[in-house]
Amino acid sequence: MDLRFTDAQPTAEERRVVERATGIPDSESHDRVRTDSNLRIFRTGRRSVVNRRHLLLPALETVQSEIGWVSEGALMHICRVLSVPPAEAWGVATFYSLISVDPSPPQVWHICDDIVCRRQGALDLIDRFESGELQPPDSRWAPSPCLGQCDRTPAAYIQRAGKDDMVVVGPDTARLNGLSPDRHSPNGRPQPPPIPQFGQPHLRLLRRVGAVDPGSIDSYLAAGGYQALEAAVRMGRARVVAEVKASGLRGRGGAAFPAWIKWETVANSPEPVRYLICNADESEPGTFKDRVLMEDDPFSVVEAMTITGFAIGARRGYLYIRGEYPLATKRLSRALQEARRQGLLGEDADTGVDFDIEIRRGQGAYICGEETALMNSIEGLRGEPRNKPPFPTVSGLFGKPTVINNVETLCNVLDIVTEGGDAFAQLGTAQSTGPKLFCLSGAVKRPGVYEVEFGATLGELIDLAGGLPDGLHLRAVLLGGAAGSFVLPDLLSMPLTFEAASEAGVSLGSGVIMPFDQHTDFGDILTRIAEFFRDETCGQCVPCRVGTVRLEEALARLRRQPRPGDKDLIAEIDLAMRDASICGLGHTAAIALRSALDLGLL
Amino acid sequence: MDDAEVVILWGSNARAAHPIFFHRVIRAVRRGAQLFCVDPRRSESAEWADLWLGIDVGSDIALSNAMAREILSEGLENRRFIERSTLNFDEYARSVEKWTLERGERVTGVPAHAIRTLAHTYARADRAQLCWTLGITEHHNATDNVLALINLALLCGHVGRYGSGLVPLRGQNNVQGGGDMGAIPNKLPGFQDVENDELRAKFEKVWGASIPPRKGRHLTLMFEAMEEGHLRGLYVIGENPADSEADVQRARHLMEGLDFMVVQDIFLTRTAQMADVVLPAAADWCEAEGTVTSSERRVQRVRPALRPPGEARTDSSIISHLAAALGHGWGQPTAEEVWNELRSLSPMHGGMSYRRLEENGGLQWPCLDEDDPGELFLHSRLWANPPVGPLAPFHVVEWAPPVDSLTADYPIRLTTGRHLDSYNTGVQSGSTASPLRFGGTLDISPEDSAEWEIAEGEEVRVTSRRGSITVPARVDHSLRPGLVFMSVHFPEQADINKLTIEAWDPKSGTAEFKATAVRVEKAPALVG
Amino acid sequence: MDQPDTAKVATEMVQVTIDGASVAVQKGATLLEACQQMGTEIPTLCYLETLTPVNVCRVCVVEVERNRTLVPACSRMAEDGMVVSTDSERVRHSRKMVLEFLGSSVDLSLAEDEVGDWMERYGADPARYGPVSAPAAAGERDARKPGHHHHVNGETAEGVHQPTKVDNTLYIRDYSRCILCYKCVEACGIDAQGTYAIAVAGRGFDARISTEMDLPLGDGACVFCGNCIGVCPTGALMFRSEWELRRADLWDPQAQSVTRTVCSYCGVGCNLELHTQDNRIVKVTSPQDHEVTSGHLCIKGRFGYDYVQNLGDVEQNSIDEVLQAARRRSPK
Ligand SMILES: Cc1cc2nc3c(=O)[nH]c(=O)nc-3n(C[C@H](O)[C@H](O)[C@H](O)COP(=O)(O)O)c2cc1C
Ligand code: SF4
Ligand code: SF4
Ligand code: SF4
Ligand code: FES
Ligand code: FES
Repeated sequence: MDLRFTDAQPTAEERRVVERATGIPDSESHDRVRTDSNLRIFRTGRRSVVNRRHLLLPALETVQSEIGWVSEGALMHICRVLSVPPAEAWGVATFYSLISVDPSPPQVWHICDDIVCRRQGALDLIDRFESGELQPPDSRWAPSPCLGQCDRTPAAYIQRAGKDDMVVVGPDTARLNGLSPDRHSPNGRPQPPPIPQFGQPHLRLLRRVGAVDPGSIDSYLAAGGYQALEAAVRMGRARVVAEVKASGLRGRGGAAFPAWIKWETVANSPEPVRYLICNADESEPGTFKDRVLMEDDPFSVVEAMTITGFAIGARRGYLYIRGEYPLATKRLSRALQEARRQGLLGEDADTGVDFDIEIRRGQGAYICGEETALMNSIEGLRGEPRNKPPFPTVSGLFGKPTVINNVETLCNVLDIVTEGGDAFAQLGTAQSTGPKLFCLSGAVKRPGVYEVEFGATLGELIDLAGGLPDGLHLRAVLLGGAAGSFVLPDLLSMPLTFEAASEAGVSLGSGVIMPFDQHTDFGDILTRIAEFFRDETCGQCVPCRVGTVRLEEALARLRRQPRPGDKDLIAEIDLAMRDASICGLGHTAAIALRSALDLGLL
Repeated sequence: MDDAEVVILWGSNARAAHPIFFHRVIRAVRRGAQLFCVDPRRSESAEWADLWLGIDVGSDIALSNAMAREILSEGLENRRFIERSTLNFDEYARSVEKWTLERGERVTGVPAHAIRTLAHTYARADRAQLCWTLGITEHHNATDNVLALINLALLCGHVGRYGSGLVPLRGQNNVQGGGDMGAIPNKLPGFQDVENDELRAKFEKVWGASIPPRKGRHLTLMFEAMEEGHLRGLYVIGENPADSEADVQRARHLMEGLDFMVVQDIFLTRTAQMADVVLPAAADWCEAEGTVTSSERRVQRVRPALRPPGEARTDSSIISHLAAALGHGWGQPTAEEVWNELRSLSPMHGGMSYRRLEENGGLQWPCLDEDDPGELFLHSRLWANPPVGPLAPFHVVEWAPPVDSLTADYPIRLTTGRHLDSYNTGVQSGSTASPLRFGGTLDISPEDSAEWEIAEGEEVRVTSRRGSITVPARVDHSLRPGLVFMSVHFPEQADINKLTIEAWDPKSGTAEFKATAVRVEKAPALVG
Repeated sequence: MDQPDTAKVATEMVQVTIDGASVAVQKGATLLEACQQMGTEIPTLCYLETLTPVNVCRVCVVEVERNRTLVPACSRMAEDGMVVSTDSERVRHSRKMVLEFLGSSVDLSLAEDEVGDWMERYGADPARYGPVSAPAAAGERDARKPGHHHHVNGETAEGVHQPTKVDNTLYIRDYSRCILCYKCVEACGIDAQGTYAIAVAGRGFDARISTEMDLPLGDGACVFCGNCIGVCPTGALMFRSEWELRRADLWDPQAQSVTRTVCSYCGVGCNLELHTQDNRIVKVTSPQDHEVTSGHLCIKGRFGYDYVQNLGDVEQNSIDEVLQAARRRSPK
């Protein structure tokens, strides 16, 4: 490709950061260092470009987190080092909301004003920021979509140039004015026990959460860690796939697709290079289950990925985690190091399993949780979903057969391998097997992640969370997150299984259960949801790019002064978005609004 | 091209000079082809290459011979093809024997391992294309350079097959067509030998005039003839030798000494300004009817879109009127009538009626009759068993260093080339306001810029054994120390041909534009 | 390998049913190709034979039995036994909505003629979304941040209108007309030119075609081949000459003729279509079906014609002044 750079140069600091992020010394950049030999021969061209492009996001992300913004000089330097055309790099940099291409103070506060937080103190917090009453030094602030902390509202995520990013939650968030944020370092865990069900005997997915030291592999090993990997190696690849098939495990990321079909397709592929991706982007408003697993039981995620990589014959796995999860990222990186050190991970692991894992941090884009957008994001392209077919199992990451599963989905593999697929299938119902995590937030007494066997009813879960706070009663529940639908109390007796949900015309999505009380302004909630989709659509396909805007406009009119036919218009838009959009975002963007209208919530 | 496995651009910056051809290269690369670039500069094209080999100016034959030796010593040549379809192999093989990789490295400056890589990759490929342009042909030994490349292709059987071949890229839209039409000293239209009595008789019968049975002079010989005083009058059609000749000072001087000069051109070029009579011509591609032939031998129609300005007329109208004035009543034949006469005389154009050219969007010669689809691969006959027609001979070519040698006084190698948006001497493209153009400059490497303490934009004086000019400097990362570059487009600002040498290739008559020895100094400060 | 290769193409066929009629197409063919083979017209906006399908406009959707959603005909491969409807209620509805969405947010007044026909055929009524919002200030859309936007009140339909970018002498970019079909990006980058001077930047409704840092074209990587203009279906990218003549109300397609000829520059033999009005070249295109160019040209072929029209030199012409001014004015 033609590569033409502007003259802007990086600072010494930026240069150092890029070298660290990419591992490519300056001397191998496109045209910077001239040596006797590269004045005579030079290898460039397509191949090296393909090889380096996937480093674009890590490079941008590292500059952003170290310097606080991506200057023209830094961008050009990245382009030179990676042989990426500047216009393309610009297109990628401007895709992510956590990357700033304008000068930025060292601290940026992203304050959640999404569905739960906005009803639990966030709007007030934002007012105080807006008025200048709260004003952390050297900072700016911006509203943010759900930060995956809905059980401890209100929440803020703080980017801090050159220091660890951090998350502040609950009352701390407002108290932070004038304090050094270091006092609330990401290692200082929030005080209440991480899960309300802590210590209960039925826990499987959550059994180690709060019980093991997430920073210590010894603690994990002592709690039975890595027995599953050992068992898997003993069984051999084919058996592992067979057990997963017998288990009936279905995806927990939202689409509920049987895991074994993906695994088997990739395991049987003639193509030798294959990939595994663990989808840890968890950005569906109201969802925070994967965070709890990753923060408090990171080794089980690593072990589960290793088993999966082994079973499908992949040598490399990527864990794509949203940028707003600094604590989980930190603990997972540590876990990877520890596992490698113990010979449990990596090319020449003592286990004989040749598999390694790389963490990729997202940079603020809900759409990058969609599996093919995620792959494009890893490849250094804009996070735009791909048209399917071909499916990732045939042509996924870097065009190779790829299994992508959600964090929770993968964590189930540990028990499947140790206990057998049949035993796993005994849990839950025939079509919804195993344990399931639900994220309860909003109008409940004890918000948090709850683990139940498939089959528990909606009402039982709300009761687990202590029911609604005193004096409030249930008006509606948002099931499945922003991409899900509202249901009325008449469905409290519905078992939360894939089949029962589908029969009721709703979806469990990522396991969000968000009760709303009688005082809820649903117009406000729906507007936030509409804004969310408009902000988060990648914008490539017309039905979704424009449809999300037209929905937002129609809703604004409905709340103020409807035009005749506005409700029908919403239905028309919804139909076209479901039918003609490329990906699940467009397909689901109008569901919550439609259901609220149908149920008379607005 | 699209399906080639290996593409070599040799002395060709096609990215800039032939952008649309380069689109095809890109397509091949996207499908997995490996691209190699042989060029002293790390040009725009080289930026696309898997491997760029930055050879010394004028060492192409050395590189080719060293590759050939490597191919032979590793047994990678295509024996069956050589034995069945070529001549003179043994002599050629002997001649390259001394070209070890080490010697290749010494002469070309390119590391032996890179030469080896190129040789092996080219020889092992199933389908390989070898493309070149003026980087090869604007040398005193231009013909030898081309023969050296042909040798390589014959050695590996990379000719006349799907995906394999030799691709000379022409610098102008109708250079090929000019040759087709007999505008070369020793040929009649359709490459028919002027010294062949039978062929000449065929033309004489139709033309009703006798044709001198001797070959004519090419441009460089014409200037020699002017110098010797044999040639006293000149009729120049669409050429601008007063700007484009190597050693323009000599050329201008000689043309000034002529008794009579007529220039027929669409511009009042520097040559036209020196003429006794100027015949304003129409622009052939948009003000006249006719045909042109592209590098890939594709004959296509051109059509008038504009009325020519003022008194300008099409070339054919001028020539017919001139003929009438000289007492030959040709009338005013249409372009198609002229073309049909040509088709009757030139067998390789026989099948190319205007109707078929129209329907097919052009045809590639040879196209013998109206049923002939035209020839996609020129030398496919060599693959027939047994081969059809004459076998392809290897030519022994010996490397000789550039005539203008580097010495302590002239230690720097100056080479020339073109920029994407400009064209030859710049008279055509110069009137379009291109946002890209940065004018005539002397491009120097960053190292030389530092060493000579010459900054971007600073005026420098460039001196060769023939003359001296002053131009602003421009720092260019595509150059290495000791190599400087000037584009040929800006005679007004940087009259590069004052510097270049008159040495020319005795076989083709092309001059040595590519290798001049110079020294570079800061220009003396302007007084006042 | 001593015989010439003969390119062998596997000619496996698959059978599909389109609107009730059965047709056999080559394996690997798209549904669009299958439809074309049957003579069934499918509207397309982001599709072009010479470019890799991006399938983003979604105007070409068709209904395939047993598929939950509609599928884009332009890129979906035909599979044996597929049953396809190209004119079902759902198909018509989605096409109508796509056209309305575009018509209500983008200036389609210079889009290819078919667009108007399709609007009529599918009953698209962009006006029902209300008046389009006021144009953005110059550069404002280019500075928008992903994930943030201003609240809307629903009284106007948001559009992409903004001032035309006039930053060089050769062509202009009027992104009020841009439907984000990605064609220009592909022509500039991966599918033809390989220059990658422009890309999609930003996200969502604020996504836009941009150079790096939104630089003026001449300051970036653009080599002014004009291949992006050649593929733009809406007139968002336009010869400066055409744009100036339109502004001066001198552009007159009725008075124009198109002549096919061969470029006078290098020896590649690119075909040109010279669009002339009043004996002046007003723009240059290249035939898309031509083997050599596939519709693409370089700066010389596309723009290097001024030397045959030293404007106003001989016979002054009503359009000369405009063209001259366009060339002279090196905009800031
Ligand atoms: C807009 C959008 C966002 C998504 N975000 C996530 C996510 O954050 N985490 C996740 O696991 N799956 C997400 N998905 C679902 C993935 O595309 C994919 O189905 C999932 O990762 C597959 O894993 P599973 O089968 O284990 O559920 C998202 C889908 C869409 C359409
Ligand atoms: S549906 Fe929305 S998010 Fe998905 S590809 Fe289309 S524009 Fe992007
Ligand atoms: S003119 Fe050519 S290089 Fe410039 S943006 Fe358009 S396609 Fe790209
Ligand atoms: S400028 Fe034209 S070609 Fe480019 S995306 Fe917009 S409408 Fe398509
Ligand atoms: S963290 Fe605020 S809504 Fe989820
Ligand atoms: S033409 Fe098929 S999606 Fe645009």
